[in-house]
Amino acid sequence: MTDEPVPPTTASASPVPAAPAAGNRTVIVWVAEGTWRGCVDAARALAPAGAAIVLLHVSPEEVPGAAHGAYAGLLGRGHPERDPGPRLAELAAASAGELLAAAAQRLGRPCTRAERRGRVEREVVAAAAEADLLILARDGDRSRLGPKSLGRADRFVVDHAPCPVLLVWPDDAPGTDTIPPPPPRPPNHRPHRR
Amino acid sequence: MLAWAVIRPRGWPEAVAAVPAAALVIATGAVSPHAALAEAKRLAPVIGFLAAILVLAQLCDDEGLFRACGTWMARRSAGRPRRLLAQVFATASAITAVLSLDATVVLLTPVVYSTSAQLGARPKPHVYACTHLANSASLLLPVSNLTNLLAFAASGLAFPRFAALMALPWLAAIATEYLVLPRFFAADLDAGAPDAPAARPAGAPVFVLVTVAATLAGFVAASAVGVNPAWAALAGAAVLAARALAQRRTTAIAIGRSAAVSFLVFVLALGVVVQAVVAGGLGRALAPLVPSGTSLAALLATAALGAVLANLVNNLPAVLVLLPLAAPAGPGAVLAVLVGVNIGPNLTYTGSLATLLWRRVLHERGSGPSLGEFTRLGLLTVPAGIVVAVLALWASLHVIGG
Repeated sequence: MTDEPVPPTTASASPVPAAPAAGNRTVIVWVAEGTWRGCVDAARALAPAGAAIVLLHVSPEEVPGAAHGAYAGLLGRGHPERDPGPRLAELAAASAGELLAAAAQRLGRPCTRAERRGRVEREVVAAAAEADLLILARDGDRSRLGPKSLGRADRFVVDHAPCPVLLVWPDDAPGTDTIPPPPPRPPNHRPHRR
Repeated sequence: MLAWAVIRPRGWPEAVAAVPAAALVIATGAVSPHAALAEAKRLAPVIGFLAAILVLAQLCDDEGLFRACGTWMARRSAGRPRRLLAQVFATASAITAVLSLDATVVLLTPVVYSTSAQLGARPKPHVYACTHLANSASLLLPVSNLTNLLAFAASGLAFPRFAALMALPWLAAIATEYLVLPRFFAADLDAGAPDAPAARPAGAPVFVLVTVAATLAGFVAASAVGVNPAWAALAGAAVLAARALAQRRTTAIAIGRSAAVSFLVFVLALGVVVQAVVAGGLGRALAPLVPSGTSLAALLATAALGAVLANLVNNLPAVLVLLPLAAPAGPGAVLAVLVGVNIGPNLTYTGSLATLLWRRVLHERGSGPSLGEFTRLGLLTVPAGIVVAVLALWASLHVIGG
């Protein structure tokens, strides 16, 4: 017997839970270095009163991993205690704690803090599994509206998020006059216009 | 046996595996005791040089050189991650060249991480820059990399000539990384660095900087009068050690530990084991693959071979195997080997497929870090870096003369 793709109707066969009261809503705020202030400000302004706000930080595992790999590549050094990988993991945990504390202070509302470590984009999606809203900040050039607004991790999260997503500017958005003018028509369009 | 040397069972120092392996190849007659002794004599000055540099780097760290680098980078780049990346490039390239790649990996990388976290910048581009430059910026001086020290001994070049020939390839390799990394990590760098750096005393460790500068001058002076430049490294380490001991900021035991005796023994044993492997047929098998001459095509092929071997086993055995085969073609070929074995390891996480596979099998269960990003970055920088650096080497050989 071959596996057949599950029809979409089956997926929604499970009973749909009644819309939770506003007090039970969960809003996840993805706290990332450099851009988190915009997300926290959006949560403060837009999250319903009484919503459970979760401040989420994910430390990329490949950063201590790269340092560990570089040390492991130095053949013959022995001395595992000199491996910078675990040291970087410690520093990352400390810096994540400080970042979340600063975010909680800026939020000024009751919230919970969640620290994860792993592949950033997958951890964010996993953390948002039960959420009602995920707030994240766009990437890219801050001086103008326009591409590329999503880096690799943001792109993955927006593509795979299991809940509504609110994409905010890290700080004040530039004006619409920063959008470049449309490109000129290609030359081969001219004959049609005559 | 090479694979044996690459494994590190139960976290034991590699010497535990390598010394019995070396004893075994001598006992079975794969290498005669006489040849083993000759190899040990050849490697001894290299190992002494290495020990002096390791001690020098550790003492520089004790004296606050790396912390001062962090403060300097933070002050000069507040709010601008791209500027921080440029500072990391400058610092990591200089530290790697002068105090060896070990110093960059072990001592500088945590400082760079802290600096980036302190500024509120995303740390990934800066940490990746450190790990990449530890390899690709290790072309300049014989002391920058153990592979260089081995090649330096085999090439017969004087210290200043080695540095003069490798200056352009070193800059070319760094420039290649600098063209790729800011684009590769554009999203992380555009995220900004909004936090102000903590106010820290800005005092530079002048004594350390002067000692390191004098050591560098000593390398050149020693070569000029025909003395092994290892003595200059030893003198530099001795000056810093005497000062630190007099001020009771370190102990003789700590200094002894930073010389990493088990590592030195490992290098010696590895030299003997590799000699056996080369004599046992690997040398004959590889000889047709090593191009003769120093035409641009020959240099490129030599570097490519070095990079492939470095990724299959590790760059240390790779350079030991290739040096005797490349040396007859002259110093140009030896330096091309270095370009390959030094830049090449950026292609594979942990420096070689063998290390990666064995560590995966023996030590680390569960999912390791994502290798995709590391490998993509390596594919963008390594082949381009090797080609550009070999072109630069070829030009240097023509201008300065091999």
